[in-house]
Amino acid sequence: MTKDGKQIRVGADIGGTFTDVAMEVGDAMHSAKVLTNYTAPEQGIVDGVRLVAERAGVSLDQIDTLIHGTTLATNALIERRGARTAFITTKGFRDVIEMRTENRFEQYDLDIVLPAPLVPRNERFVLNERIDAHGNVLKEIDEAELDALVEKVLAGGFESIAVGLIHSYVNGAHERRIRDALLARRPDLFVSISSEVSPQMREFQRFNTVCANAYVKPLMASYLRRLTDSLKAAGTTCPVFMIHSGGGIISVESAIEFPVRLLESGPAGGAIFAAHIARQHGLERVLSYDMGGTTAKICLIDNQVPKTAKTFEVARTYRFKKGSGMPISIPVIEMVEIGAGGGSIAAVDAMRQIRVGPHSAGSEPGPACYGRGGDKPTVTDADLLLGKLAADGFAGGSMTLDTGAATGAIERDLARPLDIDGTTAAFGLCEVVDENMSNAARMHAVENGMELADYTMIAFGGAAPLHAGRLCEKLGISELLVPPGAGVGSAIGFLRAPFGFESVRSAFLRLSAFDAGKVNAVLKELAEEATAFVRSGAPDAVPSLECTAYMRYAGQGWEVPVAVDVRDYAAGEVDVFRKGFEEVYEQLFGRLIDKLDIEIVSWSLRASSEAYPAPRVPRVEAKRRLEAAETRQMFEARTAGFVTAAVVARAELAPGDCVAGPAVITENETTTIITDGQEAIFQADGCLLVRSKA
Amino acid sequence: MTGNSLSDVRMQVMWNRLISVVEEQAVTLIRTAFSTSVRESGDLSAGVFNRGGKMIAQAVTGTPGHVNAMAEAVGHFINDIGRDNIFEGDVYITNDPWKGTGHLLDITMVTPSFRGGALVGFFACTAHVVDVGGRGFGPDANEVYEEGIFIPIMKFVERGTVNRDLVNILRHNVREADQVVGDIFSLAACNETGHRRLMDMMGEFGLADLEELADFVFDRSYNATLERIAALPKGSYDNVMRVDGYGSPVDLAVRIDVHDDHILADFDGTSGPSPLGINVPMIYSKAYACYGLKCALAPDIPNNHGSLAPFHFAAPKGCILNAQHPAPVAVRHVLGHFIPDAVLGAVHKMLPGRVPAEGSGALWNLHVSARPLQGAEAPADGGRRAEVLLFNSGGAGARASLDGLSATAFPSGVHSMSIEATEHVGPVIFWRKELRDGSGGAGQYRGGLGQVVEIGAAAGHEFHFNAMFDRIDHPARGRDGGHDGEPGSVTLDDGTRLASKGRQHVPADRRLILSLPGGGGFGAPDKRDPDASARDEAFEYVASK
Repeated sequence: MTKDGKQIRVGADIGGTFTDVAMEVGDAMHSAKVLTNYTAPEQGIVDGVRLVAERAGVSLDQIDTLIHGTTLATNALIERRGARTAFITTKGFRDVIEMRTENRFEQYDLDIVLPAPLVPRNERFVLNERIDAHGNVLKEIDEAELDALVEKVLAGGFESIAVGLIHSYVNGAHERRIRDALLARRPDLFVSISSEVSPQMREFQRFNTVCANAYVKPLMASYLRRLTDSLKAAGTTCPVFMIHSGGGIISVESAIEFPVRLLESGPAGGAIFAAHIARQHGLERVLSYDMGGTTAKICLIDNQVPKTAKTFEVARTYRFKKGSGMPISIPVIEMVEIGAGGGSIAAVDAMRQIRVGPHSAGSEPGPACYGRGGDKPTVTDADLLLGKLAADGFAGGSMTLDTGAATGAIERDLARPLDIDGTTAAFGLCEVVDENMSNAARMHAVENGMELADYTMIAFGGAAPLHAGRLCEKLGISELLVPPGAGVGSAIGFLRAPFGFESVRSAFLRLSAFDAGKVNAVLKELAEEATAFVRSGAPDAVPSLECTAYMRYAGQGWEVPVAVDVRDYAAGEVDVFRKGFEEVYEQLFGRLIDKLDIEIVSWSLRASSEAYPAPRVPRVEAKRRLEAAETRQMFEARTAGFVTAAVVARAELAPGDCVAGPAVITENETTTIITDGQEAIFQADGCLLVRSKA
Repeated sequence: MTGNSLSDVRMQVMWNRLISVVEEQAVTLIRTAFSTSVRESGDLSAGVFNRGGKMIAQAVTGTPGHVNAMAEAVGHFINDIGRDNIFEGDVYITNDPWKGTGHLLDITMVTPSFRGGALVGFFACTAHVVDVGGRGFGPDANEVYEEGIFIPIMKFVERGTVNRDLVNILRHNVREADQVVGDIFSLAACNETGHRRLMDMMGEFGLADLEELADFVFDRSYNATLERIAALPKGSYDNVMRVDGYGSPVDLAVRIDVHDDHILADFDGTSGPSPLGINVPMIYSKAYACYGLKCALAPDIPNNHGSLAPFHFAAPKGCILNAQHPAPVAVRHVLGHFIPDAVLGAVHKMLPGRVPAEGSGALWNLHVSARPLQGAEAPADGGRRAEVLLFNSGGAGARASLDGLSATAFPSGVHSMSIEATEHVGPVIFWRKELRDGSGGAGQYRGGLGQVVEIGAAAGHEFHFNAMFDRIDHPARGRDGGHDGEPGSVTLDDGTRLASKGRQHVPADRRLILSLPGGGGFGAPDKRDPDASARDEAFEYVASK
């Protein structure tokens, strides 16, 4: 363990195309990218760890900690590769996960297909029982009926069982009875119950979440056990931890029990990465912008903590459209994901307008300029024609881009149908994808009641630094940071995450009938649960607790999050909650409404170990203005014409070096574009600070 | 590179931005609304208009009933307020069913948008509020006067000052006054959000007005729509669809004439008015007729003045789809929701294989008024009174190459609500809400399944409900040999049959059972893929034989 007294920590992120590994030895960061191994994903991690250890000159048994995040659970849901799962529910509600919200996610398309439920109708079973909204039992379980049900389900030969009953979030006794009866007969069975996986009100979301947990559980359990075994076999002796959707670290054992919490853990790492940079630079309002080959992800980070939500949607089946996927109710770092990446394909629509995405050429066949058989114009092709990318030196010099192929695709699919020249078509393509991303960012901000003008953007992911400058202009954002290591941002982010867990409960309370006892009981239960998860990874931690009450005016449908202290409340302290709510509501919507009762709908409590240290990096101002030795022609969006841009290698910059736009700053994994109106100042920690020219 | 093409790119970017502006406007409304149908179910609309009152962009969020309706409403506002009476800081309001969106429960608000002292355009939005007084949300009135308070087009805010008298009158004429007034302020705030975003956008792009951009949007959309119309086989295509109505059946007759530069949908032959509240003002009929045509012919072209212009509509004055004041119109959605199916039946004759079979059509909205029992049976804690509104959907029609969607709203765009959340709103218990086996019409492609909803009062309570259900006597018809969907039914759990429309009582010891209709099938059942039939049986989508 350790090398020369330096801690050695490894972050490993399995993505759709690449497995990224980041190794930190003391202050030095090493990284490696290997292709994701679909049949044995754990092998990709072992290979990547070996590779990066070799580069860093450490042996595997010197590694102190390994933290892992993965999209495997997400992919299993998207590709429907999970276990054969049965679902047991309340009689009368067999079809909740199939009837969804009874609406169409696209109003004008007569031929939409709704996503099939994870568990088909003949594998959903019912029990004649019922609990009411207050947790009272309206219909007791009949033992003989339960025995017969268990018999029937076991005879079905299912690998995994999900149990979700109406109102179980307030009283989980019946769900536990069913689980006990199943385990009494088959102790090795995987059983997931909704009152533990996702104790939140709203049956469709909760039932779907428990089904998703059950569906991926055998697969993830097997994978995680293979992973720990192969890492040991390869010579590591360190513990392995998992990153979860909410951005904290949990033990492998917790992950095996609640694998649904691993969904989107890779992108969560990206948000933690950005949050860490925000702390180092002392930024209170940050928009993180991650753009890869297929999608762009946008996340708000206020007060250096990524924004979280209690529910999200995975596996969207129709142009990333809201409602076309399945809802998952677990704490998650909230972000918007849209089909805008380097590989996104452009076409001309009925109004003779350029449309970009959501289909991506991916890495196979890839953009036309990759010369691997792709013939559709993509964002990367346009970037090449506009001089943002150079034909040689792509991907660290491993690839030469084919300008002719890019021109051909853009001419054929865009320029000719629109009767414009190729450059204008490429410019149009870029402007449309940039506008799509900035509109998504703006919508995300408005849904959170925020103004983007006073935000700083942090950009990472292979394609983001190419587009970030223009996005800032469109959003009125005056400051942009492009951190070092952006290519493996998520894996680095894993190393910056605290041990943390967020527990959520629905517990309805009107302020006009304030009950301090109920509040105290909920807070105590949540604190105990979340703390136990943190201690499973960090036994000595004294976690800090943060609680949010989700509140609204009685009669409204959307709650606003109100931070509340975790302590015992006295009977008369109702005003603490009222004032907290009114402050937040007024800030969001401008105006309070008199005379209306206020209600608390649900609670979430986050326990986390001490945050990873983030020493402040003092801002470095421009000391030396670089005169570029090399230049190339680059298209400038604001003036809509080609300009002569400086070309500078990022590796040659020193703190305080200032590059005035128009300029191109190159590095192995990406390229940063500085627009005509901007300049970049190299910072002490290797970040590029891009802002409007003074 | 020509200047022209570059400016096209700029125009396109601004157009996208404008759509995002109205989307923000709509989201603000959902976040702050009280009305269940807005916040849970998306019964709203929002849009931006040029100086002349022509719609440039409309939020995608929203429901089709407001398409075109709101577009036309803004013209009425400009006329009735008067151009020289429009000032910065004004906000206008109405719930006039004939100038707004068809019934008193929808409030439409319009805000003029000024830049540098000059009028540049208007923002408008519409939402269904909790209550407008009168008999409440039900079909039993004989005149619109019984259906609640009528707010003619007027100023809600004049140069920044709220009309307190209007607020006061409203407060004394509606149930749940705080929520209704809250919703009106939310509507005004939503227009304000749109205005602020528009100002940012005009600043960024250096625009003094919206006229050039509006012309670009109208031109592009109009031409794209004309291209679609030009590709259609010229001629006249007709269809008649009979539905239950209230008391006596209603025929919805439509003839579609395809011309070179426009399409006319003429409802001549449609039944006369009803003495009860199922009548539909023309503005709402047009909205749903237009929706049906756009779905089938130009689904990808955004709604605006240009894309809507080639669609023309006619209906004899006084027919049930062109009801005249003071006809009762509170549940105009029931027939309104059937208009797309009637229109699609005619489109099918023009373009066979392009549109679905008939579906359950109208939402089965259930408005429940729960009350504690009195006397000896009264609950110990006194119980609760509550008004509970619930949306339920039957099955949609089968498509030419796909089964129909089960328990899914068409044409309405609303969502259902969570049972668990609804049981927190009032003392009701849902005992069953699941697909109705065997209700989809058989066919090569099967109609969507309806659903069964079983609801009782919580212990110590009883309830009344307002029925506004259809397709009980006239099921959704199949197409091209596909069978009809199963008709709906309304009963108590002891088998007692109840009426499909009007206010009725459910005693404390009984449960109400709604069996929602299924969609029609498409193509002959014997052509169905055997695997699909086997799946239907395994999943019990069809009644077991």
